[in-house]
Amino acid sequence: MTNPSDYKYVRSHEWLCYVDDDRVRVGITDFAQQAMGDLVFVNLPIVGDMTTAGEPLCDVESVKSVEDIFAPVSGEVTAINEELMDHPELINAAPYDAWIAEISHITDTEELLDAAAYEAVCAEEE
Amino acid sequence: MERKTPLYDCHVALGGKIVPFAGYLLPVQYPAGVIAEHMAVRTKCGLFDVSHMGEVVYEGPDALANINKILTNDYTKMDIGRVRYSLMCYENGGVVDDLLVYKMRDDKYLIVVNAGNHDKDVEWMKEHLFGDVSFTDISDDVAQIALQGPASDTIIAKLTQDIPQKYYSFIDNVSIGGINALLSQTGYTGSKGYEIYVAAADAPAMWQNLLDAGQDEGLIPCGLGARDTLRLEAAMPLYGHEMDETVSPFEAGLGFAVKLDKDFIGRDALLAAGEPKRQRVGLKVLGRGIVREHQDVYYQGELIGHSTSGTHCPYLGGAYAMALIAANSVKNGDIVEVDVRGRRIEAEIVPLPFYKRA
Repeated sequence: MTNPSDYKYVRSHEWLCYVDDDRVRVGITDFAQQAMGDLVFVNLPIVGDMTTAGEPLCDVESVKSVEDIFAPVSGEVTAINEELMDHPELINAAPYDAWIAEISHITDTEELLDAAAYEAVCAEEE
Repeated sequence: MERKTPLYDCHVALGGKIVPFAGYLLPVQYPAGVIAEHMAVRTKCGLFDVSHMGEVVYEGPDALANINKILTNDYTKMDIGRVRYSLMCYENGGVVDDLLVYKMRDDKYLIVVNAGNHDKDVEWMKEHLFGDVSFTDISDDVAQIALQGPASDTIIAKLTQDIPQKYYSFIDNVSIGGINALLSQTGYTGSKGYEIYVAAADAPAMWQNLLDAGQDEGLIPCGLGARDTLRLEAAMPLYGHEMDETVSPFEAGLGFAVKLDKDFIGRDALLAAGEPKRQRVGLKVLGRGIVREHQDVYYQGELIGHSTSGTHCPYLGGAYAMALIAANSVKNGDIVEVDVRGRRIEAEIVPLPFYKRA
């Protein structure tokens, strides 16, 4: 699967895409979902949560383990993808459609990579 | 440095995701994924490399006396060709390991031990040898393949006619697709199945024969991930989780394999301990989330114990866990709370096993 060129990526394997200047949707990358395997539960954040760039946003459970998902930006959670509550496997099926949370009022961002730079990070880890 | 099993190249060729486990490099899953592998075993069939398991042999006039002294179960009355589970205990009643004993002859027993406990088991067994017996560790010479699932009967019948008909029985020196093996009707999944012990050098050919024979039956290779979700769903205990050196067999709910009316190492301590102070129970998670191991369990606000294993069970379609809790603190149907990383989620006390084949 190719990483969309209009998305941005962080080294901890989350993606974000700008909905507008001050609002992003966040999810996990194809590389991340492949590494975790079948997801069985997404412990979604709550609307109103304040996020800190580089700190845990929420966690997801695969059959084998639990993994933290890190917020790529500091801001406020203004929407969550409630469909993932009953269908965590959507992340495995379409990681770049299955957004986890929308974060607005952004005050800080992690180092953002474009698709090519992110793929280089993945290649190093493989 | 992790070792490779004789089937390592097969796993890589099949796209297995290799991880270190108990000193071996083994596939945690194949491209199908843990859920598909788990479902294959429940509905069709799955093939596992369990060559990491250790095998030792007691042989000689005092073989029976030795195993009866070092193991909690009683092997006095046992037919050749049968398999019997046991614990091996320390003097204090804590568990060294749990294992399977295969009676090969009146004076020869094959014992299968956990990979992670192999070294300490062998040391413990050697320390306690007595009389006229030889003890041999054949772990490196033997590969073990598990064929598990309702289609296992059909698949194995394509390769041999010598099939053990009873659960926990085996036949030695069976020709399976032309390869000599020990075939036993055993497994660690809760589904019908077989385990095949074969010379290490013959393992890749046996693996391929089984995959070929199962091609039309939906057989797929399965990894450690599915092995763990299957055993949890069937509520089978795992050393290091449901019991260890600090947990007695009775607390772990394994008293059926402890015969106090004979002499064995640990018996005095187990008798002195009296009624178990803790018990193993099943939890069906009601809230959103997955209970894993080492999470605190509360009943009516009071800490009563901790979870020992837990995961999402694909066939039952929910999260289940086992827990070690204060004896008689809850009954089936009671609702407890489990602390999952700071969040309390509800779970119901349910009977074990969670999954039992029809």
